[in-house]
Amino acid sequence: MIKEVKLKINNIEVCVPEGSTILQAAKKLNIELPTLCYHNDLSVAGNCRVCIVEVKNSRLLQPACVFPVSEGIEVFTNSNLVRQARKHIIELLLSEHNADCTECYRNNNCELQRLAYEYGVSQHLFIDLIPLKNYEKDYSSPSIIKDDSRCIRCQRCVRTCEELQAVSALTVAYRGEHMKISTFFENPMFEIVCTNCGQCVLHCPTGALIERTYIDEVWEAINDPDKHVVVQTAPAVRVALGELFGYEPGERVTGKMVTALKLLGFDSVLDTNFSADLTIIEESNELLERLKKAIKEKQKAYLPMFTSCSPGWIKFAEHMYPELLPHLSTCKSPQQMFGALVKTYYAKKIGIDPKKIVSVSIMPCTAKKFEANRPEMKSSGYRDVDYVLTTRELALMIKQAGINFSKLSETNYDNIMGKSTGAGVIFGVTGGVAEAALRTAYEIITGKEIPFPKLNIIPVRGLEGVREVTIKIDGTLPEWDFLEGMELRVAIAHGLANAKRLIEKILSGQVNYHFVEIMACPGGCLGGGGQPIPVNTEIRKSRVKAIYEEDENMPLRKSHENPDVIALYNEFLHKPLGHKSHELLHVTYTPRKRY
Amino acid sequence: MKSDKVINKVDLIFRKSESDEISVIKRVLEKKPIDIINNIIDSGLRGRGGAGFPTGLKWKLAYEQNSTVKYVICNADEGEPGTFKDREILDVVPQKVLAGMAICAYCIGAKKGYIYLRGEYFFLANKLEEIIENFNQKLKTIGLDFEIQLYLGSGAYVCGEETALFESLEGKRGEPRNKPPFPTSVGFLNKPTVINNVETLVYAYIITDIGPNEFKKYGTKDSRGSKVFSISGDTPKPGIYELELGMTVEDFVKEFGDGDTKAVQIGGCSGKCVPRKDFATTIIGFEGIPTGGSMMLFNSSRSMYNVLHNFLEFFCEESCGQCTPCRVGYQQLLKGIEAVKKGERPASYLEELKKLALTMKVSSKCGLGQSAANPFISIVDNFKEEMIY
Ligand SMILES: Cc1cc2nc3c(=O)[nH]c(=O)nc-3n(C[C@H](O)[C@H](O)[C@H](O)COP(=O)(O)O)c2cc1C
Ligand code: SF4
Repeated sequence: MIKEVKLKINNIEVCVPEGSTILQAAKKLNIELPTLCYHNDLSVAGNCRVCIVEVKNSRLLQPACVFPVSEGIEVFTNSNLVRQARKHIIELLLSEHNADCTECYRNNNCELQRLAYEYGVSQHLFIDLIPLKNYEKDYSSPSIIKDDSRCIRCQRCVRTCEELQAVSALTVAYRGEHMKISTFFENPMFEIVCTNCGQCVLHCPTGALIERTYIDEVWEAINDPDKHVVVQTAPAVRVALGELFGYEPGERVTGKMVTALKLLGFDSVLDTNFSADLTIIEESNELLERLKKAIKEKQKAYLPMFTSCSPGWIKFAEHMYPELLPHLSTCKSPQQMFGALVKTYYAKKIGIDPKKIVSVSIMPCTAKKFEANRPEMKSSGYRDVDYVLTTRELALMIKQAGINFSKLSETNYDNIMGKSTGAGVIFGVTGGVAEAALRTAYEIITGKEIPFPKLNIIPVRGLEGVREVTIKIDGTLPEWDFLEGMELRVAIAHGLANAKRLIEKILSGQVNYHFVEIMACPGGCLGGGGQPIPVNTEIRKSRVKAIYEEDENMPLRKSHENPDVIALYNEFLHKPLGHKSHELLHVTYTPRKRY
Repeated sequence: MKSDKVINKVDLIFRKSESDEISVIKRVLEKKPIDIINNIIDSGLRGRGGAGFPTGLKWKLAYEQNSTVKYVICNADEGEPGTFKDREILDVVPQKVLAGMAICAYCIGAKKGYIYLRGEYFFLANKLEEIIENFNQKLKTIGLDFEIQLYLGSGAYVCGEETALFESLEGKRGEPRNKPPFPTSVGFLNKPTVINNVETLVYAYIITDIGPNEFKKYGTKDSRGSKVFSISGDTPKPGIYELELGMTVEDFVKEFGDGDTKAVQIGGCSGKCVPRKDFATTIIGFEGIPTGGSMMLFNSSRSMYNVLHNFLEFFCEESCGQCTPCRVGYQQLLKGIEAVKKGERPASYLEELKKLALTMKVSSKCGLGQSAANPFISIVDNFKEEMIY
């Protein structure tokens, strides 16, 4: 049993479990103390010092975010001493911060700006230090822009990159007045181990780390009468976009989003869920091929097979585990499959020169920008995807266009590659790809539905960092009789730090699996680096719930039943893993250096 | 107040011991750890690294921790400008430092100890390695399961701060941690750790050897014993002196001044500056102004603006940079006094800066930022004209 501790905050008594911090105790009294370096997802640093409070009989003010409560302490959160110090601290931060807010991508959604406003500290008490600083802006990455002049050195990005992602691409360099957030040897963002996942962007309180935006390029394409602009929307976007228009986290806005995209002027509004379904067909067949090779033909096959739809994970594997690359599914991600088909199958079907097609995708992800830019992603002769916008960028476009989002009616996706199933939707959540693949693979092997009520494979779900499930295969079709009675072992990890934990166990031989799903971002794509800010466990949970609701509401729940996918195979691809598929939908990977 | 006390040179640290270190440790092994600790508590010894925490109490706190792994660390980072006494101690009586560590290890139950040696003292390293090796062997033969290892620091001043030192020793960037938890419960590698200054460990050894009463003969109620001072600046006899605690600055200046002393900076750049008018009433010790050992004398040829400017430049460079009040605060103090001097800001801006220094004192994470107010306010208040004109 955890002991309760009684303390007083501003003379009001409150009881909290032993080991709580003052910040947590204050929250219980509905007092939100100001914070900057604190983030729920991360370890506590206590370095910005804005949450300082007075603790009676202590010589120093104490950071509420880290100071543990003890029986009988008396805390004052608004004393003159506290207010003076807090104002000073905000002033100090502003004195080395580029506060041209109107030019900042995080204007109106900046934690420093909010504090400066709340504490009325915009009158420049101290000397402007910016002219003395040699701030740099790093535009080298196609995904992430790093602007040191906006940085408040809270190190949230550093902790994110290390604790959530086990990448440590961002580190602290130098001391004192020169201290800054940098990279290995101060190399540009494009040349480092950065996976482009954008978790640092998601966790940055200011505009120091933002995604590279392509909004203007997309407007230009839309306004060019010569171009046919096709847009695809990833599954996780629809459960988060609403947050940027005042909806509660977890509200699904699929139909309104489609209407808005049509109003923006896209020529065709299609769904990445379609190619998620396609990915499942290709990927389950690939898995079954590998199993056949290993079990029936007794040849070397690369098992476990790892999923390949998360581009942050791909780059992580290329840097950290090049020896694992043959284990990665060769399937392109749904975004890239979609792009490749837009400029081939789709172009042919509507009779447009692929040269004239501009392919845009709306993604919860910043790594997708890098992925679209990879040299291997143009097997059709054209770039699969021309521009990738994040959920945040889409919201901005809708705002620029003056669209009153909440008033919009709901419409459906356009035809040809607009149909999808619930299996495609759950790509947006950790465990979803595994679940979708199991729904299809099991049926290929046995001819029967996977035996879970309502097709909900509950054991793969949840937000536990690493999960594993074993599925027993019963009643195989003759072609697959070598799998009869076999236990298919599946593991799932999300967040690259969890992925690393899992992989180390696999490599050391402690565990072994047939199929491993990895998503770079905590929660999967719904917690992606391109999603609305802020994010935390509660928000991720709401989005998870929304994704599964969306799945359950779909008339079709299994990828192989998607009529558009069936048509695609009939008319164009002919069969999974066939010649055309290999040409357009599969890739190989590039080993990279560890630093 | 012992204003009548004249300067008293003491010879505890550097003199040749009556008994050799190993036989003292042998005697210690026959006693109960808590008795040894109580001896140190009784002696009134307080840390000589600057903060002045009672040494016996520190050992007791670590002793009471329920952990099979504990550490003893000797802080030999000595980064405070104007301080060079730990180097001298390690050079002249290294055996006593090692013995202090071994006694502490026995008391608290540590099996491993480190000496974190300032990077610039690398020239001591070879000799020390050899002595340590020898000492470790001897400990084995008398049956004390404790081993000391030397670690050469990274050269940053902040790494002398105890928790930054742990980080550095763990191979990480030397950034101070939040306290609590304190090192005696969560220290090096998150284990209970006693970290003491070089000099503190030697006194602990001496007290164990000669008994607390011999030590208590010196000093005052709040500042027992003697301490080693590093004396520099405008003095005809700079150097290292072991002096009894509790003297006034006046006594000190009589002995070490050049006849024209206008100010004494006590405790290095993070300490306080005492102007001539306060010499007679200021005691050097915990009841007055404590010092880690550094005493800088300034005569009337010195510009106190320059002195303060140098200190602030030092802190601007040496702040680890993680916490806002210290990182940006020092830059503002520095640029602020420059602006006042140049007439770009009114003299009243100094008052604003003093408030800022007080904010830094109460809101910075570690002693580096917390000590801003010491030099800043004492110099600005006492030498205001020099700041403005
Ligand atoms: C910025 C900073 C630098 C410090 N440098 C040293 C140092 O070089 N040597 C030292 O013994 N203590 C130094 N200290 C004090 C240590 O944190 C710690 O209090 C001391 O090692 C404890 O030993 P003691 O109790 O024997 O004095 C420093 C403190 C701060 C804040
Ligand atoms: S007070 Fe200065 S040196 Fe200490 S933690 Fe803060 S920034 Fe670092």
